[in-house]
Amino acid sequence: MHLYLHIPFCKQACHYCDFHFSTSLKQKGPLVDALCREIRLQREYLPSRTLETIYFGGGTPSLLTESELAQLFGTIYDLYTVAPGAEITLEANPDDLAASKLATLRRYVNRLSIGIQTFDEATLRWMNRAHSATEAEACVWLARDAGFDNLSIDLIYGIPNRPTDRWAYDLDRALSLDVPHLSAYALTIEPDTAFGRWEKTGRLTPADDALAAEQFSELTQALKQAGYEHYEISNFAKKGNGSAAHYARHNTAYWQRRPYLGIGPSAHSYNGQSRQYNIANNSRYMKAIEQGELPATVENLTIADQVNDYLLTGLRTQWGCSLTELSALLGADFTRQQASDLADMQRAGWLIMENDTLRLTEAGKLFADRVAATLFVE
Amino acid sequence: MKHIRNFCIIAHIDHGKSTLADRLLEFTKTVGARDMQAQLLDDMDLERERGITIKSHAIQMNYTYQGETYTLNLIDTPGHVDFSYEVSRSIAACEGALLLVDASQGIEAQTISNLYLAMNNDLVIIPVLNKIDLPGAMPEEVKDEMVDLLGCERDEIIPASGKEGIGVPEILAAIVERIPAPKGNPDGPLQALIFDSVFNSYRGIEVIFRNVNGRIRKGDRVKFMATGKEYFADEIGTLRLDKEPRDVIECGDVGYLISGIKVAKEVKVGDTITHIEQPASKPIQGFEEVKPMVFAGIYPVDTSEFEDLREAMEKLQLNDAALVWEPETSAALGFGFRCGFLGMLHMEIVQERLEREFDMTVITTVPSVRFEVITTRGETLVVSAPAEMPDPSTIDWIEEPFIKAQIISKAEYVGAIMGLCMDKRSILKNQVYLTADRVELQFEMPLAEVVFDFFDKLKTISRGYASLDYEFLGNRESSMVKLDIMLNGDRVDALSAIVHRDKAYEWGKKLCEKLRELLPRQQFEIAIQAAIGQKIIARETVKALRKDVLAKCYGGDISRKRKLLEKQKKGKKRMRQVGNVEIPQEAFMAVLKIN
Repeated sequence: MHLYLHIPFCKQACHYCDFHFSTSLKQKGPLVDALCREIRLQREYLPSRTLETIYFGGGTPSLLTESELAQLFGTIYDLYTVAPGAEITLEANPDDLAASKLATLRRYVNRLSIGIQTFDEATLRWMNRAHSATEAEACVWLARDAGFDNLSIDLIYGIPNRPTDRWAYDLDRALSLDVPHLSAYALTIEPDTAFGRWEKTGRLTPADDALAAEQFSELTQALKQAGYEHYEISNFAKKGNGSAAHYARHNTAYWQRRPYLGIGPSAHSYNGQSRQYNIANNSRYMKAIEQGELPATVENLTIADQVNDYLLTGLRTQWGCSLTELSALLGADFTRQQASDLADMQRAGWLIMENDTLRLTEAGKLFADRVAATLFVE
Repeated sequence: MKHIRNFCIIAHIDHGKSTLADRLLEFTKTVGARDMQAQLLDDMDLERERGITIKSHAIQMNYTYQGETYTLNLIDTPGHVDFSYEVSRSIAACEGALLLVDASQGIEAQTISNLYLAMNNDLVIIPVLNKIDLPGAMPEEVKDEMVDLLGCERDEIIPASGKEGIGVPEILAAIVERIPAPKGNPDGPLQALIFDSVFNSYRGIEVIFRNVNGRIRKGDRVKFMATGKEYFADEIGTLRLDKEPRDVIECGDVGYLISGIKVAKEVKVGDTITHIEQPASKPIQGFEEVKPMVFAGIYPVDTSEFEDLREAMEKLQLNDAALVWEPETSAALGFGFRCGFLGMLHMEIVQERLEREFDMTVITTVPSVRFEVITTRGETLVVSAPAEMPDPSTIDWIEEPFIKAQIISKAEYVGAIMGLCMDKRSILKNQVYLTADRVELQFEMPLAEVVFDFFDKLKTISRGYASLDYEFLGNRESSMVKLDIMLNGDRVDALSAIVHRDKAYEWGKKLCEKLRELLPRQQFEIAIQAAIGQKIIARETVKALRKDVLAKCYGGDISRKRKLLEKQKKGKKRMRQVGNVEIPQEAFMAVLKIN
C-alpha cells in the first residue's frame, strides 16, 4: 500500500507553482497535529495495513522539524506496518539541506527528491527559487555524505527568454551529479501563479512548444546515452547494480492503478472504485479534522472513468497499457471497440500495439495526451 | 354591423403593446384576472421571453358603452420589420388603430412606417401616450412629436399606463366613438380577407379572417382565390380567450375557419376566401406572395442527425409559411438544407425554435441575399448561395437587392450612424429633425450589408436609441465577387461568401485572422487563404502542433486531467474535416461576427 502526506508550507512562492501551500509557517505545528489525526481517521481506507511506499510531498516537506517528523512517523508506525525495504521519500529544497538537517532526515527517510529545477543562477532568481546555483550542486554531494544513495532531482525545461545553451548546461550539470533518478518537466504556465499573471499582462510570453519539444528530445537523448531508462514521460531511472532500476516506486503506483491514501489539505486518495480529495485550504482542513470530519470530495468512478484513467496514466509509462486489462475493465473487447482510433494512432506513428500491450513510440511521447484522449471510451 | 369595431395597435417593440392589450381584455372581462398571464396574446415562449410579437393574433371583446353592447376585434400585429407584409394585411383588416407611444422613448422608425401604412389605408388613428407613470416620462415633448406627426389636436392624445391600468376606459370609449363601424354588403358574394393563421397540431391550420362582404356559415363550401384550393367550412367561430364555434360570421366581423388544412403553405396571408357557388368576381386587393429575402444553409452539428433535422424542418414549416427550404450538400458540412427567411430575425427565430422545440444543434452558414447574375450569353441566373455563383468569366454583370432604410435616433448619434451606414455602402437620401433632439435619416443601402450584423452595430453605436425600418427598393448593379476560403489548398464551401469587390480584401483578411484564432493546431502547418477565383488575397498560418502532453501526472492530477481530455475529445467529435484539416463548429459561426 502507498501513503502520501502533503506538507502545505513553503518559505516563499515559486513563480510557476500552483500546488497548494502557504508561506505563513505559524500553523505548521497545528497542521502536523491535524495530519496525525487524519492518519487515524482514515486508517480503514486502505485494504491492507502494510506500506510499501511513503511519500512526503508539498509544499516543502524539508521544512519539517525533527520533532514534527518524529510525531508523524510515530503515528504512521503506530497504525501501519512499514514493509522491509519500503521506499520512504521526502521532497526537499536545496536550501534546507545542511549537513545536520540531512543527518536528521536520514533517520526517517531513505530517498530524497530534490527540487533543483535549474543550475543557472539568473533563472533561479527569475523563478523565485530560494536556493543558489552552488547550493543546487552542493546539496547532492552533502546528501550522499549523509548516506542517501537513492536520490532524485527535478529539472524544468522549456523556459522562455533565456539563451538556448542554458538547457544543455543544466543537462550537463545534472549528468555530472550521476543521480540514480531524475524528473524533468516542461514549464507550464498555470493561471493562478505569478507567471500566469505575468502572461496575462504581457510581461511573460510562454516558450513556443517547438522549443519545449526540441529540449525534450535533447533530454531523452542525453539521458539515454548516460544509461537512464526513460520509464515515464517525465521520469528517468538508472539501472541498479544487478537489481531493478531506481524507479520512483511511489509514483509508479499511481500509474499502475494501485490504491493510495493521501493525507493533508488538497491530497488525493484512490481505492480502486473512487477517487477523493481533501479541501485545499489549511484552516478549513484543520477545523474539519478537529471536529473528526473528513473535508473530502468523493468521485465515484464509472467503468469508462477507470478505463480512461488507466489509458492516460499507463500510456505515459514504458510498460504501456495491457489490452487484456483494458478489456477486463471495459467488460468488452477494447481492441475491437476502439479499432478505428487505434488504427489512426498507429498510422500517425504514435502508438505501437504488440504483445497484448499498447505503448507510445518515441514520437508519440510528445502527444501522449492526444493519444490517450483519442482512445478514451464513453 | 354598426356595433362592430375592428382595430389594431401600432407600437414599437417595448412600448407596451402587449401589456395594454392585456388591460383591455381584463377591463372588458374577456379574461378573468385568474387566467391572466402576462402578455396573453403572445403564444410562443420565445415571444414572451423576447417581449416581442412574432406572430399576430386576434381576439374579440364585448364592451358595453352608453347602454349598447359593442363587439371589439383587436387585431394584433407583429412588431418586426421582417414581418412587414403581415402587418400590412392586419392593418387592411381594420378601420382604426391605436398609436401607442412610450412617453419616455418617443416615436421610433418602426412606428412611423406602420403609422403611414395605417393612414394610407384610411384608418382612424387614436393616439395613446403610454407609460406616463414612469419616472423618465417626458409627456410634453412626446406629445409635441405626436402632434407634429399626426396633425392631431393635443387633447386627442389619451394618457395611459398599461402597467397601472390608467386610461383604459378612455381608450375603450374612443374606440367606440372615433372608429367607424365596418362598411360592406352583407348580402353580396363572400369576400373574407385572410390576415393570419395559427397552427393547431390536432385540427390543422386555423385560418383567421376578416369578413369584408357577405356572410360565411358553418358547412359552406369555400375557395381560397389565390391558391384556388377548395374546402368545407367544418368549423367557424369567434376568437375569444379560446375558440368559440358559431354558425355564422357576419359581414364586418372577424372569425376563424377550420377545414382540416395540414400545411401552412396553403394558407397565404392576404388571400381572399369566397364561396364556390356564387363566388366574388375578384379578390380583395393587395395580395402578395411573401418572398424570402435572406438565405443560409442549416446543417446538423452531428452529421448523423440529418433525418431528424429534416423532420424538424417539416414540422416547423407547418406553422411557418414564410420558411422555405430545400436539401443542400456541402463538402465541409455534409447534408443539410438551404433555407430562405424573411429577414435576420426570422432566421434567428427558426434557429432558436429548432434548438428549443426540436432539441437540434445546428450550424448556420454565411447568410446571403438573392443576387441576379446576368451572363455574357444574356441569361439571368438567380444566385442565393455562393456555390451557385457561376465562373467569373461567364458573368456580364451582377445585381443585388437594395432597400430604403429609415433610421430614427437621438441627434447626438447621427455622426456615428452616418459613419456606419457609409461603411455599409449606403447613400444618404434624407435627413429630417423630428424634434430638436430626434432625427430621421433615410438611406438607400444594399440588403446584403444589413444581413451582416448591421442592426446590432446600430444599436451599439446609438446605445440602443436608434430604430430601423426598411422596405425593398429593387435590384441594382453592383460589383460583387465570390470570396473563397482555402485550408491547405482545399476550398471550404461553407465559408465562402458573396461580397462587394471593394470589401473583399478586408473581409478576406479578417476572416483569415479569425480562423487562425479558432482553428486548433494540428500535427501539420495549416495555410489559411482567402481567394477570389484563382487569386489569393490574404493568408494566415496556423503553426504545427509540436507537443500535446502535460508535464506531470501524479496522484492528484489524474481526475482533473481525465476531465480535461474528455472535454477535448467531445469538442473534437463535433469538428468537421476538409481535406486533412479539422474545423471546429465555432469557425463556421465566426463568419457572422468578423466585422
